Formats: sequence, C-alpha cells, structure tokens
Amino acid sequence: MLRKTGVITAAVATAMLSAGALAQRGSAGHLNILYWQAASTVNPYLSGGTKDIEAGSMVLDPLVHYDENGNMVPVLVEEIPTVENGGVASDLRSITYRIRKDVQWSDGTPLTAHDVVFSGEYCLHPDAGCNAASYFTDVTGFEALDDHTVKISFGVAKPFPYGPFVGSTSPIIQKAQFADCMGARAQECTEQNFGPIGTGPFKVDEFRANDVITFSANERYREADKPAFATATFKGGGDAASAARAVLETGEFDYAWNLQVEPEVLAQMAAAGKGKASTAFGTWVERLIVNQTNDDTGLGADKRSLHLDGANPHPFLSDPAVRRALSLAIDRQILVDAGYGVAGQPTCNILPAPAVYVSAANNECLTQNVDEANRILDEAGWIRGDDGVRAKDGVRISILYQTSTNSVRQGTQALVKQMWEQIGVETELRNIDAAVFFGGDPASPDTYNKFYADIQMYTNNFDGTDPESYMANWACSEIPGPENQWLGNNIQRQCVAEYDDLVAQMSQTAVLEERAALAKRMNDIIVQNHYMIPLIWRGSVIAYANTLKGVRQNPWDSGLWNVADWHR
Amino acid sequence: MTTTPVSPPAGNGLREAHVHRSQWTDVWLAFRNHTGAVAGMVVFSIVALAVLAGPWLHDVDPQYLDIRVKNQGPSLAHPMGTDNLGRDMFAQVLAGGRISLAVGVTAMLLSLVVGTVVGVLAGYYHRLDGPLMRTTDLFLALPLLPLLLVIIMLFRDTLRTAFGPETGIFLLIVFVIGITSWMQTARIVRGDVLAIKEREFVTAAHSTGTRERRIITRHVLPNVLSPILVSATLGIANAIITESALSFLGLGFPPDFPTWGRLLFDGVNFMTITPARVIWPGLAISLTVLSVNYIGDGLRDALDPRLRGA
Repeated sequence: MLRKTGVITAAVATAMLSAGALAQRGSAGHLNILYWQAASTVNPYLSGGTKDIEAGSMVLDPLVHYDENGNMVPVLVEEIPTVENGGVASDLRSITYRIRKDVQWSDGTPLTAHDVVFSGEYCLHPDAGCNAASYFTDVTGFEALDDHTVKISFGVAKPFPYGPFVGSTSPIIQKAQFADCMGARAQECTEQNFGPIGTGPFKVDEFRANDVITFSANERYREADKPAFATATFKGGGDAASAARAVLETGEFDYAWNLQVEPEVLAQMAAAGKGKASTAFGTWVERLIVNQTNDDTGLGADKRSLHLDGANPHPFLSDPAVRRALSLAIDRQILVDAGYGVAGQPTCNILPAPAVYVSAANNECLTQNVDEANRILDEAGWIRGDDGVRAKDGVRISILYQTSTNSVRQGTQALVKQMWEQIGVETELRNIDAAVFFGGDPASPDTYNKFYADIQMYTNNFDGTDPESYMANWACSEIPGPENQWLGNNIQRQCVAEYDDLVAQMSQTAVLEERAALAKRMNDIIVQNHYMIPLIWRGSVIAYANTLKGVRQNPWDSGLWNVADWHR
Repeated sequence: MTTTPVSPPAGNGLREAHVHRSQWTDVWLAFRNHTGAVAGMVVFSIVALAVLAGPWLHDVDPQYLDIRVKNQGPSLAHPMGTDNLGRDMFAQVLAGGRISLAVGVTAMLLSLVVGTVVGVLAGYYHRLDGPLMRTTDLFLALPLLPLLLVIIMLFRDTLRTAFGPETGIFLLIVFVIGITSWMQTARIVRGDVLAIKEREFVTAAHSTGTRERRIITRHVLPNVLSPILVSATLGIANAIITESALSFLGLGFPPDFPTWGRLLFDGVNFMTITPARVIWPGLAISLTVLSVNYIGDGLRDALDPRLRGA
C-alpha cells in the first residue's frame, strides 16, 4: 500500500513537472538561428564583423546592455554607475562597477572583478589586434578594488564613461581560460576563441569556422528557468534573400538577421505566414562616400587615393559645387521605394539618431532638384560637351561608382546613374564581392579602405547611443594610407581644421545639450560640404518564426542580446 | 608555325569535280539528314538574328529605368515584362544576348586556335610533345577561379584606361575564358594527330618529299577537323556559362551592362513575383547552348566518312 502511494505520488509529481515545463530551462527544445554571414570566431574582441559579435553574445555577457530603446540595463552589475549614485567620480575620470555576486561561469567558478580587469587588459594589449579598442579610448587602467568591485580610470574627464564593457562588442572573458592568450598570442588561442567559457545563457558545444556553431543551454546561467531552449544552432552562409526565405517561407529557421532584400520580395515571402519581418531604426545610413583625393589609374600606389596632406586633390570632386549638385540630383524617395520600402527613409544626415543628436539644418536634399543642380554646375563653369557630359578645363565629370555586390545596391546604383545623367554627369558602375570589398586585405586594390574609385556606397553606423567615437572617425588623423595599413576610418579623406577642433571639444564636454550641439555641427560640416552624401536611413530588418516568442529587436546592441528570454 | 585556317582539300576536289560531288557537298548532305542538327541550326540562327537585329525590332533602351512600371507582366509595350527597377526585359535580353554571344564566339575562337596549335605541334613533333603537354597539364591543374580573380585584379585597370570600361572588360573576359579553356581541345587534337601521322598517306606524302608544313595543313588538319569543330561548339556553350559565373561573382561586366548570366542572377530573387525575369534569359542560354551542341553533334557525324557512308 505504502509502495503504491509512492508510485502515485511520483506519477503526480512527474505530471506536475511536465505541466510546469513551459517555464523550465531547456523545455522549448531547439533554436535555429541563421546568419547569412558565417561566424569566424566566438570571441568578439577578435571579430571580423557584427556576425562574430552577435555569435559571441550567445555565450559572453558585457557588464551592461543597451535595450531596444537605447537605455542601459545592468547585466553583470548591480546597477548603472552615475555621478548621482557615486559610481562615476565627480571629476569624470573614473567609473566603478559593483559586480553581481551570484554569477558563475559555465565551468562553475564564480565571476569576479579580476575577470573584468583581465578582459580590459586583454583588449588594451598593443599586440592583441583588439577589435573593440575604440570602446576603451582614454582608459588608463583597470583596478579590482575587491573581488566584486572594479574601477576603470580615464586619462581625461570622460563625460560619457560607458565605453568599456557596455554592449556586446566588449564582453567579459574568463581570466583563467584566456590567461595565456595575451597580446600577440591572442589569435593563436583557437581553442579559447572558438569555445570561450561565458556567463551567458548558452555554451559552445562545437564550432566549425565559417560554417556552424552548436550551443547548449548553460546550466549555471544566473536565472534559474532560462534559457528556454536546450540547444541552439547558429548557422552561417548563403545570402540575405535565401536567409529570409528560410525563416519566412519554408520555416527551416527561427531567426535571421540583416535582410537587405527588396521590399516586394520580402513581402511576398512574409505572405507565406511562417514568420514575420520586423524593422528597427538605429544609426545605419546608406551613404555615398565622395573621394577627396585623386584616384586616377595612372597614379602609382604611392599617390593613388592618398591624401598626402592635401597635395593630391581629386580633379573634380574637390569642387564643392560638383558635390552639391550630385546630392541635389538624387531623388532619395525613389531609392527607398525601389530597394527598402518600410525598412528605409530618405535622410540628409550622417547622424540620424538618437533624436537629440539629429540636425534639422539639412533638409534641402530631401527633394530632388535637377534644375538647381544644373544651375549650380553651369555657374561653377562646368559646361556640357558634345557628348552631354560636363567638363571644365579638359576635366570631364566621369565618375567611377563602386559598391558591394547586393541586388538592392546594384538597383540603387542604376537609379543614381540615371539621375546623374540628367545633370550631365557620366557614371561607370562597379560592384565588388562583399567579402573582398569589406575584407580589408591591404594587398587588394578593391577594398573600400583603398577607395580606388571616385564614389563608393555602403552603410555605416555606431553601437550604443553616444556618437563621440563615431564622429571622431572623420578627423584628419584617421585618413587611411600605407602608414596605418589603410585602417583609418576617414574614408572620404576629408581634412577640415574646424572639424578636428570639434572632435577635441566633444571629448571634453560633459553636458548632454552641448555634446548634442557639437555632434550636430560635425554632422553639418560633413553633409553641407557633401564629403559624404547620405541617402537612406536604413532600418535593420530581421525575420523570426511565428512560434518564436520574446524577440525584442534591438538596433543598439546585439540582436541576440535577450536570447535568454526567447521561448516558444 | 602558321595557323592557316582550314580550307577544303581543294586539289582533289578540283580535279574530280566534274565526276564526283565535292567532300563538302557530302558533308552538307549528311548534315541535312541529321534532324537534331538542322533544328539546332535553325534555332541558333533565329537567336543570333533576333539578337543582332533586336535594336531595330524593339528600340527601347535596355538601361532606361522607369520605376513607375516596375515588376510588370508581359504587355504590348514590354513583351517580356519589366524588372524591379522598371527596365524593359525584352530589350535587356536582346542586349544581353549580343554580349553573351560575342563573348562565347570570340572566346571559343581564341581557345580553338590555341588548343589546335598546341595539339597539332605536340602530336606531330615528338620533341615538342613533352614540354607542350606538361604545359597543358599545368593549365589543367591551375585552380580556375583564383586565377581569374588574380588576372582580373591585375589587368582590369590597365585595360579600362586603354580601351574604356566596356571594351576593356570585354577583351579581358574573352582572353581569360579563352586562355583557360583550350586544354581539352589540345589533348583531343594531339591524340588524333598521333594516330594520323602514322597512317600510310602521311608516310606517302613524306616519301614524295612534301614539306612538313604542307603535310600538316593538307593531310593532318583536315583529318582532325571533326574533333576541332565539336570542341568549338562545346566551347561556345562553355564560354557563355563561364561568363555567367563571372558576372555572378561580380567580376564580369559592370552591373548595368546586361548579359544573360547577369540577368538570370539578378532575377533569382524575383522568381516568384515576375517569373519572366528568369524564364527568358534562362531559356535563351539553354536554347543557345543546346542548339550549338546539336550542331556540333551533327557536324561530327557528317564529317566522319564511316558514319556518312560515303
């Protein structure tokens, strides 16, 4: 009798367990994620792009995340340090985080302040080739005050001290695992880079470079009932359209990212009813970069597209009138309708968000004005020749316009070419495979860094909500050249003294309103001189299965920032 | 060595013309009886004619964008509909065909000349056999795509400056395809030449003191004509497809320069919205390649005296 009761009790208990299983860790089965660019590492510090950072965010946590509205939320810390709560020093030269005491690494050891100190020193090592170094600008040291308190000091007053360890680009890695991987050895530690021990919701089971990563739930994750998924696959490869199809139309995958696909194609896939596409607007702007240096094919590698302190100006794009006319001749709404739909809006700013930083001074370009563009060119002395192409002193306005291979971009190229024909500008189009164009190989002439063309087009953005380091990209010192392996960010090779002054000012200004005014002024210098011609404020488009719940699309941080909360 | 174009063995023909039909009449009669070959010839002629006379039949600028009429089905104004930027598909297929066919034929001729010269020399002169065939092996062993990448990267800008973007890239692509597809022809031709040079009529020509160049052009070349012609037809098909692959990788012509391969590539995403975008260029590639292959098949049968029954 007693025995029988026991059996019944066990049966009831089992039944109750399975009934409550919806909220249990691992109860939702398997999660299929598709990134059409495959991950080549799981260590965001050595990443080759967003795909690696987002793969890493399944495993590694930063101290603080941005949520979908751009607000900071504490992850591994008790609270966000501010001047008010004493976390940020009143002279703005240090920030102190208090680490949560209940967090364990997936191998069972506790997370301590020493891991945070180590992560910072790992990235700041001069030989490490750390991808997140710009997040650590002006950092002079890390110090563990005790096992759960870490202080980060800055060499200057840092009005926005939330660079290091905020957002998925600079997460915390385990000191015990990476201790032998400092500096030049960072790249050699394949075992560590491909399978970092983390505090995140998943741990790496198997990593196949540039192909697929398999994850299983981290049973020591700090929230007892999460993640809902027992296992996950992070598959790479293919292209944006096939990734969208795999989620929306065939339902093979649960989540796909960065879907730059024509709107009508996406709408048709979504009509299959397996999933939905969603858009969030962050800081992505598709823009034309206008080369300020001479890229003539006749020039040698020691001159072509090199700034040489202004001694090598572009034959016609150095004329502001030409640049302004090029911008005015473009009907941005048509570009949006043809290639972006709801995932894009015309813009005249390089800095399109957050709202406080958006300049209202540049709306001229929102309406196409071919007559005005023609008038400007006539006035500046660019006269149409017999072939319809404008020229001055023997220099014809004939533009080589390059971008990466993507059908939306080729569509935009074709439309822009036709618009420029109306103002007597000849355009030659070129498209380059994205792996080469963005590959950054210093030996290749086809990278966007080398910029062996007159105009090129791509999207750029910044993580988080503070534009300081983003706007600093276009200082004179950032002009790419052989001396910095073409790694400078000032791709258009502008050099404006006033701009550089503003960059310096911003790094010393604490008040938000003043910072916003400085950022707007920098934005205006760039777009009113048309060193870059903004075209479209792009939303990031993701697709996820109808059965997948809890996705909060986040344009400010990794798209997988809250993967722990996802469920069926 | 010269590469005199193959001409009919006129000597015998002239002397016996009043008694017999010439060899080429025989070939033509046999070819005419090959249904597939005749059908192929007709289809290929139609495609070639349409593509060449296209601009007079349908004078719409293939590059003109009219975003208001995007993704349209077939209509009187746009017989094959329009693409997602409002370009006329029919005009694009015609313009693309001119380029694809020009690339196919030119690259084929180049690879044919190189392949035949190498094959005949290697087969006929024993001392050249080793070096030439090892060179052939070397080319066969080269990984094609990386080679193409390097060649295009190295010479694109030079040719662009010298000949302009379109002619420059045309020359480059023709050269690249031609130079990487002659090896099969060379091997087949060498094999046939090896067999033929041991035959009695070649020995007879030797014994009457005929010079070697005459022997090659009069006796050897006409007898290896059939494999050469067959590989020529296959070469056209191969070149059209290689050009498509290059365009696909973004290494071919500029994106606003339609070829059949690029049209197909661009249309893939729109397959379910406007199927015409893949059907027409795909059909054009398939029909051309298939008809050219049938012509080759018929030519081979017609050129083989045993099959011809002459």
